[in-house]
Amino acid sequence: MADLLADITAYLLTGDDEQVSSLTRQALAAGHKPKDILDRGLLAGMAVVGERFKAHEMYLPDVLMAAQAMNAGMEHLKPLLVRDGVPSLGKVVLGTVQGDLHDIGKNLVAVMLKGAGFEVLDLGSDVSPARFVEAARQHGAPVIGMSALLTTTMPMMGAVVRLVKESGLAGQIKTIVGGAPVTEKFAREIGADAHGFDAANAVERVRALIGR
Amino acid sequence: MRPILRLLDDTLIDRILAEARDILATLGVEIHNPGILALLADHGARVDREKCRAFLPGELVDNALKTSPRSFKLYDVYGRETHDLGGHNVYFTPGSAAINVLDLGTSAIRPATTADYIRYAKLVEQLPHISSQATAMVPSDVPPNIQDSYRLFLSLLHGRKPVVTGTFTIDAFQVMKDLQVVVRGSAAELKGKPLTVFSCCPTAPLKWSDVTSQNVVDCARHSIPVEFISMPLAGFVAPVTLVGSLVQHTAETLSGIVIAQLTNPGTPMLYGGSPAIFDVRYETTPMGAVETMMIDCAYNEIGKRLGLPTQAYIALSDGKQFDAQDGLETGMGATLAALSGINNISGPGMLDFESCFSLEKLVLDNEICGMTLRLIAGIEPREDFPARPRFEELLASKHLLISKHTRRHLKQEHYLPGRVIDRANRGRWLAEGGLSLHRRAQQEVERLIAAHQPPELSPETRSELRKLMEREARRYGMEHLPHM
Repeated sequence: MADLLADITAYLLTGDDEQVSSLTRQALAAGHKPKDILDRGLLAGMAVVGERFKAHEMYLPDVLMAAQAMNAGMEHLKPLLVRDGVPSLGKVVLGTVQGDLHDIGKNLVAVMLKGAGFEVLDLGSDVSPARFVEAARQHGAPVIGMSALLTTTMPMMGAVVRLVKESGLAGQIKTIVGGAPVTEKFAREIGADAHGFDAANAVERVRALIGR
Repeated sequence: MRPILRLLDDTLIDRILAEARDILATLGVEIHNPGILALLADHGARVDREKCRAFLPGELVDNALKTSPRSFKLYDVYGRETHDLGGHNVYFTPGSAAINVLDLGTSAIRPATTADYIRYAKLVEQLPHISSQATAMVPSDVPPNIQDSYRLFLSLLHGRKPVVTGTFTIDAFQVMKDLQVVVRGSAAELKGKPLTVFSCCPTAPLKWSDVTSQNVVDCARHSIPVEFISMPLAGFVAPVTLVGSLVQHTAETLSGIVIAQLTNPGTPMLYGGSPAIFDVRYETTPMGAVETMMIDCAYNEIGKRLGLPTQAYIALSDGKQFDAQDGLETGMGATLAALSGINNISGPGMLDFESCFSLEKLVLDNEICGMTLRLIAGIEPREDFPARPRFEELLASKHLLISKHTRRHLKQEHYLPGRVIDRANRGRWLAEGGLSLHRRAQQEVERLIAAHQPPELSPETRSELRKLMEREARRYGMEHLPHM
């Protein structure tokens, strides 16, 4: 029985979405708990993917293929996890800040977060502080992720962080920032909770923020 | 298409060839080897034995070129083909015969030892873009008379790749040939599958010493490939002009070809060299000078015009430390050489006018070689036409990171260098230790050496190699080889 979960992990590592989908169904039929399949099959695989990516043993396309396979398995698990009352890994509200239309980096973060098992609410680009905070409140998202490519739009990140505080949500909603000109130092200066230097790092930081 | 650099047009090449032949016929070449002078005389050369000078008529040169192979292959210690030296094929070989090594820990320049050589041999095995070994360092902990053969011995014991080498004396040839016969199993096997290339160097201007000319003859007799290393120094012992130095290089190299082909028609040879301009401020021979590289690339074009495979000492630097000058000179040399189609490009790892070897530099140079090889693979359409379906896919899915087209062609199209090359953003660079190039290269050296697997030569072969080397060492007063 345990072999099925190991197989899910193995096929996930090769990015084989069809096999992961089929094995997930088999695992459910064999009586595995959805949460076990998620933790010991899919997420165990994604943890290996993360390590290998950092070690340059896997490249971004491999990571995204694995993420795609993960989602193929999640299709079967999601309704059952909701039924069992298993909380999702977490929701992340994501967007490029107001005045900035550059969304390539933000999109990559979205793909990587989804691949790691997070729910992503992608607000797109040119997102006002109010929209960020409102979306997080409405959907109960514990994290707001902001992206900027322009030094001229970076201050909007500070505006979002301030609005979270003014709305009395500090502590409930954490903020993470990223983008080519954005640094760890800048994140500290504006009072953001974290900075991701690339998409894979953003996933790690979000995981730490949520405590998963 | 395969991009090709040309520095000379055929008219100029033909003029240089004609002038070189005229010099060989009228001024002749000085050869301090009575046997070779007799051989040349027997084949129609006018010889002045007193002045050790032979005058080579055009016909002798023509006949030698007729029997010169257009290409030849090399094979590793297991007998597997590794090189097809011909056409515009390109292979990288470390620089040769440094007396010093740049110490990895202290960055001090010091004499090389057995331990350094073994670490080097292990490292070369791990570098995918370095196709052959060279006997890159001269171990100082054995007697001078075995320093040449001992390098080859260590290379055959610790590495798989073919070896570019050479002898320092006439006597050493025997054992250097015998070591190879042991690896191959028989002299006939060695002849069929060459394992080494021997560098044979004329002396500028237009001169062959007893030792180096005899090396050519000895190699030819056993069909061991030879690379001619003519070294005109432009402005000192060769004309200051690049064309003048090319005339001299051509004459010296043609004289070597005549010696080899008369000894044994069909002897495999590389039309090689290590010319340089002469720096009139420092009295040095800068290998990293662009003009030096231009002479290299240009004589390679002359060799190609003659239909011969080529070689040059070009991807190397005159820097004394592991620094930016190394990257500049080696990168420029490797790129020009590869674009020119020099078949055996020698130099990686080398510093300080071919006198100091650096393992860190070799690791960095391996990446230069990798990028250069990608460059000459050129630009080819790969399922690119019609283009519309690809762009429909891109517009629909917003990115092509996991497109089948991407996955099929990523590795063909993009060369991904090892960790020595920094392509991280600042955040990731810091997360990975914020290391300088030097530190990254040092770490790669240690990582690669630790991962080395020794070649699986049979215990009999290893013991036979050791016996031969020990006998040679005893001849020169060394009872026990240095501890390995």
